[in-house]
Amino acid sequence: MEKIGAVMVVGAGIGGSQASLDLGDAGFKIYLIESSTSIGGVMAQLDKTFPTNDCAMCIVSPKLVETGRHQNIDLSINCEILDVSGEAGNFTVKVKKKSLYIDPDVCTGCGVCGQNCPVEAIDLFNEGLAKYKATSVKYPQAVPLVYAINKDYCIGCGICLGVCKAKAVQYDREDEIVDINVGAVILAPGFDEYVPPEGNLYGYGKYKNVVTSIEFERILSASGPYAGKVLRPSDGDIPIDVAFIQCVGSRDYSGVGKPYCSSVCCMYTAKEAVIAHEHMHQIEPTIFSMDIRAYGKDFDKYIIRAQEEYHVKYIRSRISSVTEIPETKDLRIRYETEDGKILEKDFQMVVLSVGLNPPDDAKYLADKFGIDLNEYDFAKTDIWNPVQTSKPGIYACGAFSQPKDIPETVTQASAAAGCVNQLLYDKRGTLITEKSLPPEIFVAGQPPRIGVFICHCGINIGGFVDVPEVTRYAGTLPNVVMSDRNLYTCSADTQTIIKEKIKEYNLNRVIVASCTPRTHEPLFQETIREAGLNRYLFQMANIRDQCSWVHMNEPEAATQKAKDLVRMAVNKARNIEPLNRIKLSITPKALVIGGGITGMTAALNFASQDFETYLVEKEAQLGGFARHIYHTLEGGDVQEFLKDLINKVKSNKNIHVYTEAEIEDVAGYLGNFKTTLVHGKNKEKAEFDHGVVVVATGAQEYKPKEYLYGQNDKVILQSELEKMINTSDDIKNKKSIVMIQCVGSRNEEHPYCSKMCCAEAIKNALRIKEKYPSCEITILFRDIRTYGFKEKFYREARKKGVLFLRYDEDNLPEVSQEDSQLKVKVTTARKDTIYVNADLLALSAGIISDREENEELAMMLKVPLNDDNFYLEAHVKLRPVDFATEGVFVAGLAHCPKTIEDCISQANAAVSRACTILSKDEVEAEGKVAMINVARCIGCGMCVENCAYSAIEIVEDRRFGRVASINQALCKGCGACSGNCRCSAIDILGFTSEQIYAMITGRL
Amino acid sequence: MVFEPKILGFLCNWCSYAGADLAGVSRVQYPPNIRVIRVMCSGRVDPMFIFKAFQVGADGVIVMGCHPGDCHYLEGNYEAEKKYNMTEKFLKLIGFDNRVRLEWVSASEGTRYGAVVTEFTQQIKDAGPSPAKDNEELLFKLKALEMAAATDRMRALVGRERHITEDENVYGEKVSLEKFNEIFDKAIKDEYERAQVLLSLEKGVNNVKLLAAKLDIDPSIVLEHLLILKQRMEIDFGEIMENTPVFVRL
Repeated sequence: MEKIGAVMVVGAGIGGSQASLDLGDAGFKIYLIESSTSIGGVMAQLDKTFPTNDCAMCIVSPKLVETGRHQNIDLSINCEILDVSGEAGNFTVKVKKKSLYIDPDVCTGCGVCGQNCPVEAIDLFNEGLAKYKATSVKYPQAVPLVYAINKDYCIGCGICLGVCKAKAVQYDREDEIVDINVGAVILAPGFDEYVPPEGNLYGYGKYKNVVTSIEFERILSASGPYAGKVLRPSDGDIPIDVAFIQCVGSRDYSGVGKPYCSSVCCMYTAKEAVIAHEHMHQIEPTIFSMDIRAYGKDFDKYIIRAQEEYHVKYIRSRISSVTEIPETKDLRIRYETEDGKILEKDFQMVVLSVGLNPPDDAKYLADKFGIDLNEYDFAKTDIWNPVQTSKPGIYACGAFSQPKDIPETVTQASAAAGCVNQLLYDKRGTLITEKSLPPEIFVAGQPPRIGVFICHCGINIGGFVDVPEVTRYAGTLPNVVMSDRNLYTCSADTQTIIKEKIKEYNLNRVIVASCTPRTHEPLFQETIREAGLNRYLFQMANIRDQCSWVHMNEPEAATQKAKDLVRMAVNKARNIEPLNRIKLSITPKALVIGGGITGMTAALNFASQDFETYLVEKEAQLGGFARHIYHTLEGGDVQEFLKDLINKVKSNKNIHVYTEAEIEDVAGYLGNFKTTLVHGKNKEKAEFDHGVVVVATGAQEYKPKEYLYGQNDKVILQSELEKMINTSDDIKNKKSIVMIQCVGSRNEEHPYCSKMCCAEAIKNALRIKEKYPSCEITILFRDIRTYGFKEKFYREARKKGVLFLRYDEDNLPEVSQEDSQLKVKVTTARKDTIYVNADLLALSAGIISDREENEELAMMLKVPLNDDNFYLEAHVKLRPVDFATEGVFVAGLAHCPKTIEDCISQANAAVSRACTILSKDEVEAEGKVAMINVARCIGCGMCVENCAYSAIEIVEDRRFGRVASINQALCKGCGACSGNCRCSAIDILGFTSEQIYAMITGRL
Repeated sequence: MVFEPKILGFLCNWCSYAGADLAGVSRVQYPPNIRVIRVMCSGRVDPMFIFKAFQVGADGVIVMGCHPGDCHYLEGNYEAEKKYNMTEKFLKLIGFDNRVRLEWVSASEGTRYGAVVTEFTQQIKDAGPSPAKDNEELLFKLKALEMAAATDRMRALVGRERHITEDENVYGEKVSLEKFNEIFDKAIKDEYERAQVLLSLEKGVNNVKLLAAKLDIDPSIVLEHLLILKQRMEIDFGEIMENTPVFVRL
């Protein structure tokens, strides 16, 4: 069957959007199918994100806007999957596009229909805490900004038809059924949160002041129902004592909730507690939890900060009951502490940290797409490739396959895209159409001829601002040769009018006074470019969002402000010049540094797409960290997998492997790197060009100084125990084995969790119990962090009689040696001291990263390390495998401790991100970049430090000596360098000082 | 007539401008006095823009960017903060510091944007019209501030501040904020006075005594300033009138 160069992505949350952007940028046609009426998913509902407390909307909305207007992404909302046929490379999917009763191509999103709708319904986006209209958008910044009528609530009064000036309302609009032909499918439907059923232990649904965590998230949000004030629903009071109850619907074996761990609740609960206290200082949060599972990058530090800086109190406990005190509507929590006491405490509000369930339609989707689900009804995925479903050509990412947080979802989205690249690489660019544009009209240096288009936006602007007067006024401004007004300047027919006027009046600058450039500038830029003008010869004045809408009661002042804004735009427009987007050629080859599982996976993916790949390993043999691992907790045979991988790498003609290699230099930039290295016993030199770099240098196992390691033969590492179990019979005679967790993790020297050790200990314990059931195993731990489905194995180990004893950080176990007997003393959380004799003591040593080694490479690549010596990605939430320096990516243990499966995901994700570059012959850089006036520059180098993107370097100029030089390919045009330049030698094209001065004086 | 202040706002594209848009979408009503200039990043806001604005008649200037840690360009807003702090310190010298403000407004804080603008507008209303209008002396001082902020020295200090106080300097040491501020505050005062000296020279106030009287600075310090300006080759000795050397601007 012929392969198809198109991909369907089902679900347009952050995962689906990321996968679509990656593949759209790599030259595939994308059909993005969303069941609700806007994209963004759960992330758009969040107030802040952990562990950085980033504002969710600030970071996600640029991505959503990009998804909404990407020329290779065909976005359909309000859809339902009807039928699927075909196989990997060629699927046909029947999709029902349910009617919005509003024509999305005509709707301008002005919102007049919603304001006039008389029906108030429950606002699901705000989790029922507010009301919305039957004619609405999901949330104010929705993408696409198209209104929809919710037929379930609409009473058919017909008012919206009357008020819609754009004539977009169509009550007889019918559902549309289409067949879509694609080569691969990515399923990203996300999750549904657990809703405590009627009669639940916590009184949810019965007591007003018991809310779920997602409801609380909306309460926290500045754009939520309470405008960011934390109020309790019963009386609108600020609650002082707020309780958070963890594991609601998770780790629940009673049959009511789910047995697995939902992975993200410990962190989001800490975040909500912190943010609540930050919003309202009087709030004192208390968190009731079993374990604290802060296993991700920088998570533990966040928990410590929550406790120390925000006074968040943790109580390790189990909840017995929650009852309401009728007079005050306060809530009384009865709980059992670790040492068995039953206590009671009153709170003004209770937040339930609800778990993540598979999406409600998981079974339906699985059935349609023919994929298997696992025992918990999440998508079943390959044990080595967590994005591969049971059916070739169909991939899953995000919480659909297991509960996970945002960066893991984004990583998997890119990983799924990486796998699609591998499957369909030879069909890139076959289904997308490059737009042919007329040559640009030469206008540089000519006197400005400015055309101004002023938008009524139905009545949104025209109702409050005197648009005819503003239009008349615009016509009187110097250099304005034409001013006109339109009912909707953004409508398709107005684009034709703008193009005609450009011709008729010989315009060489165009201004649109309407809504916000954040969403509409690209549309108008495209229009003037189609008319032959350089797209930078455009300016916008925001007279709606920042004028008419916010000064509705002062029409005269609003009109005056609109005039001022137009005049400022005209003043700037007079000073603008065409800008060029420089083009950079791309060397379609990749360098992968590190020959472990991560590096080899990345190299193989590149190579199978016919990209020549250089794989560099410092050791004599490939395999890295995994050489010492025999099985995964889930039962995968690591050694066999590794052997297979190494064979594939060695036999691939596109991969050049260098072992015992030492990189001497990596020079150049995005698309044009040159690396020199020495390799082999004889230190042979090699030199090659490449377009991208993947850093997969891994990490090391901590070598303990504590617990008699190295002094007593019976004290070994967990990895040594694993080897013993798998290669010898030495365990046979051991009666008692003790394991100590968090050795070299979560302490002052290494203040982070190594993530894998809990699973490793339980894996070894289960293996031993299987072979020698009578062997007694005691695991001394601080928190058991078997997140996600790993919880099952923890449960199993307990069932099989493995003894788990918790100790505190400030009361570490002590190991002593009496004659030949090894004794472990531990003070448990119940405060009693226990002595355990150990025939063998296994230390779960953490994963550490070497500063010196990493620093050298980091300097060469101009990328940063974090405090724990791991590589620091561009953005911890949304760019988990990118570096700020373009063309350089990170994957695997080099990024932070993680499982083999996660390393493989990151490897494929890094490949996908790299493919957005390697798939092109050349990349176009942004035109609005910094520019150096070399005659003024004294080469002090301050801008080099200020630049977060490593886009500036000091070079030797023939005439001016040492001067700064901007690499336009790397510059983002933020202007941090310019505002600081001592000699005013740097200006920002598109936002030059001259232009800004013109606006300042234009204002006044 | 009621005083309607002219307020200029510099908003970063990604957070604050989006927040301002959200205020619109949410129909949050606030006073119409503000005119917004969009910049990609608050780090782009050169202190010079603010001094310029006051010279051409602004009554108040507000700079808004992403909350710390949220910058679209990683850390542009931290740069903005440093530059703003310097601007504020300069303006304090002429009692204008109540006419500027730096605020972090996120893309979801539409209501807050409205509240901040309302509150700032009221603050400026209370402060009254900018006294700089048609006031030669104040315009002279504002011009001097602009020149002072443009000096290599101030820009170098403000540009390096984060690096040497939060990270480490070229010796791998961290300079305490206290020590840095001591140096910084001194520089602010010096450069402002020197800029005034330069501007005065243009107006024919051209010897130490005249300058000391006009600027109300101790003559010995005026002399120090003049010598440094000479080293910078901005001025030179002119003729000597009686026993008093005259300085000329180059």
